[in-house]
Amino acid sequence: MDSLQSRKTVIRTQGLTKIYNEGPSQFRALSDVDLQIHSAQLTLLMGPSGSGKTTLLSILGCILRASAGRLELLGEDVTALPEKELPRIRRETIGFVFQGFNLFPTLTALENVVLAMDVRGVRGDSARKRAEQLLVEVGLQDRMRAFPADISGGQKQRVAIARALAGDPPILLADEPTAALDSTSGRAVIELLQRLAHHHQRAVVMVTHDPRVLSYGDRILHLEDGCLEREELRPLGPAARPAFPSISAAANCSEGSVVEF
Amino acid sequence: MALLARRNLFHDRIRFAVTLTGIVFALVLIIIQFGLFLGFTTTTSNNIDNSHADLWIVFQGVGYFDTSREFSERKFYQVLATPGVQQAEKYMQGFANWKRPDGRMENIQIIGFHPGGGLGEPWNLVEGNVQDAKNEDAVIVDDVYKEKLGVAKIGDRVEIGRRRARVVGFTHGIRSFTTSPFVYTTFKNSLNYTNPKSQEGDLSYILVKAAPGILPAQLKQNLLERVTDVDIYTTAEFSQRTRFYWMFTTGAGLAVLTAALMGLIVGIAVVAQTIYAATMDHIREYGTLKAIGATNAYLYRVLIEQAIWSAVLGYILAMLIAHFIVQGSEKGGAVILMPPAMQIGMFFLAIFMCITAALVSINKVTRLDPAMVFKG
Repeated sequence: MDSLQSRKTVIRTQGLTKIYNEGPSQFRALSDVDLQIHSAQLTLLMGPSGSGKTTLLSILGCILRASAGRLELLGEDVTALPEKELPRIRRETIGFVFQGFNLFPTLTALENVVLAMDVRGVRGDSARKRAEQLLVEVGLQDRMRAFPADISGGQKQRVAIARALAGDPPILLADEPTAALDSTSGRAVIELLQRLAHHHQRAVVMVTHDPRVLSYGDRILHLEDGCLEREELRPLGPAARPAFPSISAAANCSEGSVVEF
Repeated sequence: MALLARRNLFHDRIRFAVTLTGIVFALVLIIIQFGLFLGFTTTTSNNIDNSHADLWIVFQGVGYFDTSREFSERKFYQVLATPGVQQAEKYMQGFANWKRPDGRMENIQIIGFHPGGGLGEPWNLVEGNVQDAKNEDAVIVDDVYKEKLGVAKIGDRVEIGRRRARVVGFTHGIRSFTTSPFVYTTFKNSLNYTNPKSQEGDLSYILVKAAPGILPAQLKQNLLERVTDVDIYTTAEFSQRTRFYWMFTTGAGLAVLTAALMGLIVGIAVVAQTIYAATMDHIREYGTLKAIGATNAYLYRVLIEQAIWSAVLGYILAMLIAHFIVQGSEKGGAVILMPPAMQIGMFFLAIFMCITAALVSINKVTRLDPAMVFKG
């Protein structure tokens, strides 16, 4: 069983605020979010549409800048870093998994991962071997030469996860990675993300509306109107984890309901 | 990076074909328009440029080739007597009527020269010999105008200004900018054809060859001091004046120039739109690349490599098509020129246009809305 002592705080925010200017009016997408994300944890970000989940994920991923507040990644204050420094942070610190997979359709599964290595300056045989190793880790050893159009949604998401791991990042940010998947594929993906958190000491932050994945989260953060409303911690250990529910079972959950652990 | 650039281009062959079609169309359009422009400008001054003379002496005030005023033979001898003149030849140009064997009339532009003198002679002879022009009533015409002039072979007889004429040779590719084909004959014949009542010695131009070691500009100065009531131009000056006259003071010249510039503008617009559309087709992928840590420089390299591939392949295809069109134009009245310098220039223009268009679309990529990559 994990212990809190073995976990490190990899993301820390203080008063994180994001205001979008929409013509003469302003829209406050995030308000004073104070947050700590730990390694070896699967953290779920939940909340209704427009609650600020994707905005928060974008800021944590250094794609979007906060209007106010402070963001630390691995102890480094990245709030005021110049724009040209942010790609380095994203390459070295963060892996992204997108709801729509965002694979390059003209590249094979293997080439998609090799490209992520190329972005990091790793090329040639070493890039190819590392990419193959990552695809084996996500269970796609037989589909390396397939193009995204020729593989299932679950397989695409696993390629995307392998790509996200190309830089061996301590933080994985996933935006609704199971939303477009059936129950079997969804379970495979969430179990993979959970394993990456627990066995590889990564901090996995996952935005989700999917009630099927609630039981896999170590921690659930509820956002509403840009504010962090509440936080739930669940007991650690596989025994405490219920099975991935079927689609019909999940459909019975009312939207926004909170799973009590 | 290189892999992504190539795959994004070549993976979807239909999209690539559309991209390439746009680039090829634009390049061919520019090549044809500028080729016509070059052909036009070259045609207006080709008799001057191929004269092998260093200086052209014209009646005072005559500013370009196709208008001329005759002056006295006395000036010819003044020129000959000027130190530094190695050779001087009388030269004539004027308009006349050509009566075809079938009776139809055509306007022609007579060029009178001294056969064997080496100055102002017709060039590119494909049939016959310049020396044959010494024969009485002998004329040399261009094979492009065979049909227009109603002649097919050496020996064909026609009438020029009610006088007999006999074709003794054919050139190839000497076009007239006006609708009147050039007809080359001896200086003496040219006077008979253009103005039978003129004084025997009257001439339109004196072509001068400078002695070895004498600069044309220096000789020009010497001649201006000795010969009065004339203007003297170096061959390059007279050529430029003639080109300038036709290009900027006539509607035809401005039309060709405008068409060339429009071709360039439309071509650039087509390439820009084509490359921009091709880049925007992949905008989400570039956003993803940026999200996973690619720098703007990385994105620039991907897009520039794509642009170069598009430009090179588009250029090769465009040149193949253009060569066919240029070859076809050799048989027509309006020549399209594509000299090596223009071919090289087009290559760099293609690269420049494609890269510029790609860089414009890069602006979109570098200012990417993060929501784009997070939306499913």
